Amino acid sequence: MSDFISGLRVAAATMAICVAGYTALILGFAQAVTPATANGSLVTNEDGEIVGSRLIAQAFTSPEYFWPRPSAVDYDAAGAGGSNLSPANPELAERAEALIASHGGATEERPIPADLVTASGAGLDPHISLEGALFQAPRVAEARGVAPSVVTAVIRDMAYAPGAFFTEGRIVNVLELNLALDAELAAPAVTE
Amino acid sequence: MDHVSVILFIVGGTALLSLPLGAYMKWAMDPAPGQADRWTGLFQTIGGASADQDWKRYLVTLLVFNVIMFTVTFAILALQQWLPLNPDARGALDPTLVFNTAASFTTNTNLQHYSGEVSMSYLSQLAGLMWLQFVSAATGIAALAALARGIAGRPALGNFLVDVQRASFLVLLPVAVVVALLMVLGGMPMTLQGSAVATTLEGAMQTIARGPVAAFLTIKQLGTNGGGFFGPNATHPLENPTFWTNALAMVAILLIPMACVWMFGRIVGRTKHAAVIFAVMAVFILVKITGSVAFESAPTPAFAELPVSEDTGNLEGKELRLGATTGPLWAVLTTSTSNGSVGAMHDSLNPLTGLMPMAGMWLNATFGGVGVGMINMFLYIVVAVFVAGMMVGRTPEYLGHKIEAKEVRFAVLALFAHAVLILGGTALFAATALGQATVQDPGAHGFSEILYEFSSAAANNGSGFEGLGDGSGPWNIATGIVMLLGRYLPIILPFAIVGSLMAKRRATESAGTLGVEDATFGTMLGLTVVIFGALTFLPAAALGPLAEHFSLP
Repeated sequence: MSDFISGLRVAAATMAICVAGYTALILGFAQAVTPATANGSLVTNEDGEIVGSRLIAQAFTSPEYFWPRPSAVDYDAAGAGGSNLSPANPELAERAEALIASHGGATEERPIPADLVTASGAGLDPHISLEGALFQAPRVAEARGVAPSVVTAVIRDMAYAPGAFFTEGRIVNVLELNLALDAELAAPAVTE
Repeated sequence: MDHVSVILFIVGGTALLSLPLGAYMKWAMDPAPGQADRWTGLFQTIGGASADQDWKRYLVTLLVFNVIMFTVTFAILALQQWLPLNPDARGALDPTLVFNTAASFTTNTNLQHYSGEVSMSYLSQLAGLMWLQFVSAATGIAALAALARGIAGRPALGNFLVDVQRASFLVLLPVAVVVALLMVLGGMPMTLQGSAVATTLEGAMQTIARGPVAAFLTIKQLGTNGGGFFGPNATHPLENPTFWTNALAMVAILLIPMACVWMFGRIVGRTKHAAVIFAVMAVFILVKITGSVAFESAPTPAFAELPVSEDTGNLEGKELRLGATTGPLWAVLTTSTSNGSVGAMHDSLNPLTGLMPMAGMWLNATFGGVGVGMINMFLYIVVAVFVAGMMVGRTPEYLGHKIEAKEVRFAVLALFAHAVLILGGTALFAATALGQATVQDPGAHGFSEILYEFSSAAANNGSGFEGLGDGSGPWNIATGIVMLLGRYLPIILPFAIVGSLMAKRRATESAGTLGVEDATFGTMLGLTVVIFGALTFLPAAALGPLAEHFSLP
């Protein structure tokens, strides 16, 4: 019995310090020092409306925007998840074929980069590879009525190596890329 | 090249950090007379009756405290719909899920048959689950400290309620504060506001779940808990925003399990012995990492016939910002340490890559969970010392303790129980509709999913091949029971061994005593781990990941 009462006292002490105290300390620091990222890295437009999170992929389907990687949860940021398919599962090939078709086809000479046909772990990967962006550049340039070099210049400007010298490839944030295009080039005609 | 630099940076850097932390943990957990008296006094005041305990009393106090842990969290989860801190109005949970989740977090497993952002209120996440992430890890560290005191030849093991506070307040809390602040600076969310609603550039509505992620994620990694704030764990961009938070998370996964080996060595008073154990563990983890990274650089087999360029290997279930090494490296770190968080979807790893995390959970001692990993290695040491003693025809001794039939029986029983829980559970679910109806596809891959789930539960890991439909009642109850047995048997039996050793007179070490500080001992220990740990599971591996690999076109 004394074990039980003593255990309850230790439970209460750990609850007070490791849960309440610790959470309050980290929360206070985060809200004071990094409020933007602490609240989810939200992006707002000039009217102050939230248009998404810099860290969360959102669906893009119109030709004048770059498209993100496919999502096993249809970009549901309130219920994230991956496909969890075995890499040998034929469903992956079927999904890839459909995506290749929607991207206007691919050939042995112009293969589609793998990130555009593979779903990420959470289905919310905000990035595509530099190659994945360059692959889409001709479509975006045509839809916006500009030369491809204009679009590729924006891409190269925004591509970065996520782990500096620890990583080889470069990646681009899709939402930021699309916002930059909207800002630098004329906003696209509204597609209904 | 990037693979090698990342692996050296993470594993090597953490190994260096573990040295001073191990020394600090010795100071915090087992202060010499005159050291840290103020803290000990405070913890004795909070813990009430706090006399030194023998192994049975220590164990009873540990188990009673764990019952309290389970009960409090069970109540919070079961009542969450009526409790505060629930801005997104999460509803009632299924009773079998409440049982499974409370068992899972009490046992330091963090197997999750739910998705955090869909099912859990902030109060459940913080006061229910995050609390257990502190105190279940502290339970493991306390158990190791007590065991080491017994092996060191002290008359008593210490006091559990004092030890668990030392581990919570002096070890886990300060490290967690430092790491959590770095995670916040790295861009991780930390808010009590409910979901944000965005109108996307194309005009769709997107609800973005968020929450107090930084605090939760940090102790999840440091305490080898592994339970994610969000369903897809550390693949979620809000739970792992950049390459650098990812690197820090991997360091946090390994840090305390590594430091526990040094703490053990210092309490026992044999740091060279600890260095040999550390080296054996490091060899195993590096072999698994090498295999995993090599196997995962192979392209996705399903795309063999398609015009897809795959320079970076299999990308299904992986995040670009985390780099190509993260998926396979994290998979090994998280399963070697009984952590269970994921940085890529394990179900979508190439079949041979998927074998590496399974091997980590089968051995469960190549660093292992905080505290308990070193305890598991102690079981292998008992067996190795006994076998070595038999081979050279001497009475087996470990640090002057005679290892006899009774101690070996307990050690083998604990190791055997691990195998029975995994293989028995897998056999039952693979042979019946209980498991067959829940796998993603019926062949070798489905078998792997079942095998992985039971391995994860028995090893108190918590990761999964998440294509498995494991949210059903039978899965919740079966894995709940396996997690409880897989946690407490490997704590109770080593305590019984140490109790038995303490009751015997300790011999002085002589030139004839088996040395435990050289390469011969390290090799013997490594072979024991391979033969007892790995070979037991080879047939199951052949039916699952190996069969799937060799059936690839």
